[in-house]
Amino acid sequence: MLRFLAVRVLRAALTIALVVTFAFVVLRLSGDPAQIIMGADAPPEAVDAFRTAWGLDRPVWEQYFHYFGAILSGDLGRSMRDGRDAIVLVLERIPATLALTLPALAVKLALGIPAGVYAALHRNSLADRMVMVVAVAGFTVPSFVLGLLLVLVFAVQFGWLPSGGQESWKHAILPVVTLGFGGAAVLARFTRSAMLEVLGQPYIRTASAKGVPWRAVVTGHALPNAAIPTVTIIGFMVGSLIAGAVVVESVFSWPGVGRLLVVAVANRDLAVVQCILLLVAATMVMANLVVDLLYGLLDPRLRNQPRAAGGL
Amino acid sequence: MSAPAPLVELRGLRVAFDGQAALRGIDLSVAPGEAVGMVGESGCGKSVTWLAALGLLPGRAEISGSVRLGGAELLGAPAAVLEKVRGGRIAMIFQDPASSLNPVHRLGRQVMEALRLHRGMSGAPARAEAKRLLDQVGIPDAARRLDAYPHELSGGQNQRVMIAIALAGRPELLVADEPTTALDVTIQAQILDLLQSLRRDTGMALVLISHDLGVVADACEKVAVMYAGRIVEQAPTSRLFAQPTHPYTRGLLGALPPIDGPRRRLLAIPGGVPEPWAMPPGCAFAPRCPQRLAACDAGTPPAVPLDRAHHAACIRATVAPAIAERLSA
Amino acid sequence: MRAGTSLLEADGLVRRYAMRRGVFGREVEVRAVDRVSLRLERGRTLGLVGESGCGKSTAGRLVLGMEAPDEGSVSFDGKLLPPPRSAAWRAQRARMQMVFQDPLGALDRRLPIGAQVSEPLEIHGIGTPSERAGRVETLLRDVGLRPDQATRYPHELSGGQRQRAVLARALATSPDLLVCDEPISALDVSIQAQVLNLLVELQERFGTAMLFVSHDLRAVRQVSHRVAVMYLGRIIEEGEPDAVLHDPAHPYARALVSSIPHPGRGGQRIVLQGDPPNPADRPSGCSFHPRCPVASALCARESPALKPRPGDGRLVACHVAQGEVPAGSGLPELRKAA
Repeated sequence: MLRFLAVRVLRAALTIALVVTFAFVVLRLSGDPAQIIMGADAPPEAVDAFRTAWGLDRPVWEQYFHYFGAILSGDLGRSMRDGRDAIVLVLERIPATLALTLPALAVKLALGIPAGVYAALHRNSLADRMVMVVAVAGFTVPSFVLGLLLVLVFAVQFGWLPSGGQESWKHAILPVVTLGFGGAAVLARFTRSAMLEVLGQPYIRTASAKGVPWRAVVTGHALPNAAIPTVTIIGFMVGSLIAGAVVVESVFSWPGVGRLLVVAVANRDLAVVQCILLLVAATMVMANLVVDLLYGLLDPRLRNQPRAAGGL
Repeated sequence: MSAPAPLVELRGLRVAFDGQAALRGIDLSVAPGEAVGMVGESGCGKSVTWLAALGLLPGRAEISGSVRLGGAELLGAPAAVLEKVRGGRIAMIFQDPASSLNPVHRLGRQVMEALRLHRGMSGAPARAEAKRLLDQVGIPDAARRLDAYPHELSGGQNQRVMIAIALAGRPELLVADEPTTALDVTIQAQILDLLQSLRRDTGMALVLISHDLGVVADACEKVAVMYAGRIVEQAPTSRLFAQPTHPYTRGLLGALPPIDGPRRRLLAIPGGVPEPWAMPPGCAFAPRCPQRLAACDAGTPPAVPLDRAHHAACIRATVAPAIAERLSA
Repeated sequence: MRAGTSLLEADGLVRRYAMRRGVFGREVEVRAVDRVSLRLERGRTLGLVGESGCGKSTAGRLVLGMEAPDEGSVSFDGKLLPPPRSAAWRAQRARMQMVFQDPLGALDRRLPIGAQVSEPLEIHGIGTPSERAGRVETLLRDVGLRPDQATRYPHELSGGQRQRAVLARALATSPDLLVCDEPISALDVSIQAQVLNLLVELQERFGTAMLFVSHDLRAVRQVSHRVAVMYLGRIIEEGEPDAVLHDPAHPYARALVSSIPHPGRGGQRIVLQGDPPNPADRPSGCSFHPRCPVASALCARESPALKPRPGDGRLVACHVAQGEVPAGSGLPELRKAA
């Protein structure tokens, strides 16, 4: 068990390191932060001074090691735009993002799973086909299109809901719906196919042949088995609680981590971008680790049994 | 005639899927404590018969006819009635034991579920009874096995657990659908042996479904041979092997490689089982039959009684067996 | 090459696999095949019988050279087999072919069967294109298919027809040796009979030697000139089919023969206790002793060698059958915590 965890943790650390390195490289290749932040008509000496102050004139590999060393000692750098600690900037924004993504996750689960299960139980019925059509629409339509459409209808046309900003709980409705709907669609489709696969298995027939009432067959026998593959998708959704709302936050001018990321990238604000990426990678990796552990809980076949009970 | 009232009686059972007939009229009865074998090749409908009787077919199946259990009609019975019957009066076990058990439930739980449903047992007494059942079916170290998962046991052991689950409800009839096909031959012998001794101990009836005539011969008192959705011959076991009348039965027996005697070319029935959508107009076996007559294509032959309890659905069976032999020589 | 050399000689074959028990378990060595020797003459059939885990399929692959044995050697027509997948080995394929259990899996779904039957001819450069077409037609007829079925795809054929197509392809290069691994298990009884008849007929016509690997003793008796019974990687008895079937010497062979379900058989069936053992968990001494009704103390200590028994020379690997020790009454071995 310890070895199991140790391997996973090591892999997680490696993943995070790779993500950060990648961001580091790409950001530096894509433009000069000093020039962008100072502005196009800043005098060259000011730009140079900026560069020196931020260590941008040192060789790249030196900057990299410096940065890595700083991370390991807890210093995640400072925003080049306003000089504050990157980590503080990011942490400030997290509550706003969670205020969207957590309710959205609840919507995805509450809508997606029952829809998928219902569709599977009533395969090829009208309800099933409708659920599937709506689901396909849900994950093919890009979130910004859906978001803008909702704004057009509910904010502009009917004026019932505000179109942007974060003033009241009403402002959260449209973004949560936009976020939740796409995810619910994916979950519905996935749950449906997991359930169909399970319902076709011989042990479901055995349960019926035992005299188990159909409802109990579905809840006691089918769902626990269908949960196993579904947990993967839910794991992804949990992993993207922090970064999953980038587009939606931009569309609705919601001051969360996603918006911060967009602005920081535009400004080549290296420390902030790297800090966010670090956080996102860490969250994803944690979610995956939890999913792995859940697998072991849900599927006894994956648990490590050191002995075989005779016969092949 | 003092024959006991049948435990289960199937009359004119028909099943179709999307308009294609899978069962085309089955008449069969099982007396209390009797062992009946059902033999046939793929697509003959031997499994569908009992799945239909227990209401285990998908909803789109079109079922008609009659299935009586001790006088009460099962077809079309409400779900609550069927759920009581399944496992409680008629239990069924299936072919692939490894995937017929729920992989995420412990074995003890799966046995105790049947105990709870049909004997209202729970808690410690249920666990004790589950252990006793596992002992009865020959699972070593039963107490610990209650907490094991299916994947930790071998195929033969899983099949024993399935039998234990089936027995839990104290059924009057056990339908075993190819219970040993996926198992090794020596394990098959063990399972068949177990079924025999359980029958002796509990007095329960048995329907043994197999594609292997030999398996059925050992275990059953009466055998029904099926082909393309109908029973083509039905007789007490010894009589069926001594005087097989229907050409298909003869073909099946002749296709078995002999254990002793000279090695001869096997009697291989030419062609294959017809597909449900391409069923011949008259007798379904006619295209492959060495004794075909023009009249065979006219209509499906009815079951002809040859002797007490021996029927064959062949128009040639109307003629006395001796004459029929001479004609086909 | 001396006249009278066997077509196929396999000596002392050993094949080991390393298996890990669970993610944390120690590595365990599994001996799938443990010192197996076989001999096959031209135009004859050797039946290899056993249950799951006995190593018969592995033995079949070793004999064809698809895997290299860890110990021992295989000679085909007097020469050692080249290492697997080498160019020399691939050239040998023309002379030795394999037929598997699942005909649908053995055929390419995307190609019509005519093309698949013709493929070995193309690979080994046999004949001109027009000659090949003629050969394909002849082959299809030989196996009982119609030449017009050459344009069919595997999924359009029945199970029996597919197996015939597989046979036609295997026979395309007129091989000297055919290894059939459970060729009929997936088929209906009446189709099994057709295929068995076909195998016997093809052997009579073309003189192909066959290694027939199966768990079905009845089928093996039907087509074999000699039978070898395997248990846990070893051959425990070998002889003429009727001799082994009607008077088996080894206790396992006796149990196996008595388990054959056969109509009209009288007498008691010998029912073995317990499950086939796990090859990763070999019993000491004779690997059959935990389940043997006549095992004695010697059986748990020493592994018996396969040798002719005094009297009739039947090859059997059993202390009791060899008369080395009187029949015991079985040893209910205290199974390791299972």
